[in-house]
Amino acid sequence: MDKNSIEKTSFRKGARQLIAVAPFILIGFVFVCIFVIYPQIKNVWMSLTEYNIMQPSNSVFVGIQNYAKAFVGDEKDKFWIAFRNVILYGVFTIPPGMLIGLILAVLINGVKKFNTFFRAILYLPVLIDWIVVSIIFLYLFSDGKAGLVNYYLMKLNILQQPIAWFSSTWTANAVIWIFGIWKSIGWVMIIYLAGLQGISKDIYEAAEIDGATKTQKFLKITIPLIRPTTYFVLINLIIGSFNVFFAVYMLTSGGPIGTTDVLQNYMYNQAFKYMNFGYACAISVITGLSILLLTIFRDKFFKYERN
Amino acid sequence: MKHRLGQSAKYLFLWLFVIISLIPFLSMISTSFSQAMYELPYPPKILPDSVNFSNYVKVIEEDNFLRYFVNSVFLATVVTACVLLISSMSAYGFARFDFPFKKLIFNLYLFTMMVPGVLNLIAQYSVISGMHLVNTYTGILLLMVGGGIAGNTFFLRGFFENIPHELEESVIIDGGGRWCVFWHIILPLSKPSLGTLGIMVFSGIWSDFFTVLTFIKDSDKWTLPVALQLLRGEHATEWGTVMAASVLLFIPELIMFIIVQKNLVQSAGGEGAVKG
Repeated sequence: MDKNSIEKTSFRKGARQLIAVAPFILIGFVFVCIFVIYPQIKNVWMSLTEYNIMQPSNSVFVGIQNYAKAFVGDEKDKFWIAFRNVILYGVFTIPPGMLIGLILAVLINGVKKFNTFFRAILYLPVLIDWIVVSIIFLYLFSDGKAGLVNYYLMKLNILQQPIAWFSSTWTANAVIWIFGIWKSIGWVMIIYLAGLQGISKDIYEAAEIDGATKTQKFLKITIPLIRPTTYFVLINLIIGSFNVFFAVYMLTSGGPIGTTDVLQNYMYNQAFKYMNFGYACAISVITGLSILLLTIFRDKFFKYERN
Repeated sequence: MKHRLGQSAKYLFLWLFVIISLIPFLSMISTSFSQAMYELPYPPKILPDSVNFSNYVKVIEEDNFLRYFVNSVFLATVVTACVLLISSMSAYGFARFDFPFKKLIFNLYLFTMMVPGVLNLIAQYSVISGMHLVNTYTGILLLMVGGGIAGNTFFLRGFFENIPHELEESVIIDGGGRWCVFWHIILPLSKPSLGTLGIMVFSGIWSDFFTVLTFIKDSDKWTLPVALQLLRGEHATEWGTVMAASVLLFIPELIMFIIVQKNLVQSAGGEGAVKG
């Protein structure tokens, strides 16, 4: 056979294979293309325009102006506050969340009874949807002396006066962070439990024979052996900080005066409150790229997680 | 002796955390059972002192929550059925067929999963608005189904690949086609994984907030989460009513959680079906 006819048969074979598989994958492929891939591409294009939602054909191409507006232009103060809050959210929720999650995982791993019960109850906050827990947190941190948190803090003499939690930047941010920690602990715990169960008991027994104390075993065996899990948890929680949205939208909606805004909340309001679609798309591209880079980084280092 | 002391300390600590995790939920339930009122109860309640369903009656009768409940069930059911059907078909295609661009398309699916859905919302809005489907269920159904396919195809492909080939060969020898294999071998054997994924899709749609908030303007088409947010705005200080509505949203989630807990323990079938 000459080269041409080989190409022809392999082309025919390919076409036949495609026809055979088409009934199974075509619908899904069309859906993903129209409602996910096309919008993702369109998002990037929209970020380069002054987008007109009523008459999309009247949108004006403005190049990187929307990006300049965020980084150095009119909106730079608000953008950097939103960016700063994402970073602060990470700094204040990740270390405590990881520490408490690890401690709980080690404890659950070490007790003999109620194992599943503890696991299920401590995982509950992760599963319950954001709107319900946000409403509960709004209730717990209500103003005045009847707010549950204020009531108990005053009872314990930590506070003299009730705090209006959501009226100033830092107390409002603190509530958002506490909320974030409370919601992430269960997930950290489950991942660490899986990691801990992968450590062979023999190693601990060998250490015991050598006379290692509990603390030594924890610091010299457990911590080093679960290091991959630690990195995995860490990078996922960093991605999670770039995704923080609901907590802020529900608890403070960015107030007082935008000082607790985070990137996604800022983006959403720019689009659907102020109708700055092009600019909001630029913010979503910046946020999306950050998340994408972190995800690629994670997947490169944690291939096993996909298998 | 020392060992036992250590065990008790561990239990004590764990129970403490269980209580910390549960206080918010307990206070939600207690508040929902309190008498209707316009300010916070003082002192605040963690445990209910009486059981009173007036807030629930009010939420269902006056605030139309039965309607929102039905809307939520409808949306979540339709999306789950469509996503499961389309994803399992696609997953079967990727697991058992060879075809050109297979790897490319599959990687494309993986890539779309890396960008969180919320960040596509604006462009999706412009797409749906271009199709004149804003404020319709058709619009959000298309979006939600489209958004669920890549991830579920990915997971199901993994399950399908573990189903032994011998089972399919027996069907082919008996003269059955690919569809026959799909309906009579693959789907029945993957029931546990389909069930678990189904519940996950369902609860994802059940708790969806931003898609419905962004695309649906008519109040009679709202779902529970969006209605709940609005109710909170209207009755800002009537916590009893708001909490009763929250409990109504939360109970189905709790039930789904309990079911998934059980299902996750069961391993997917397959190994037992072929005799070695």
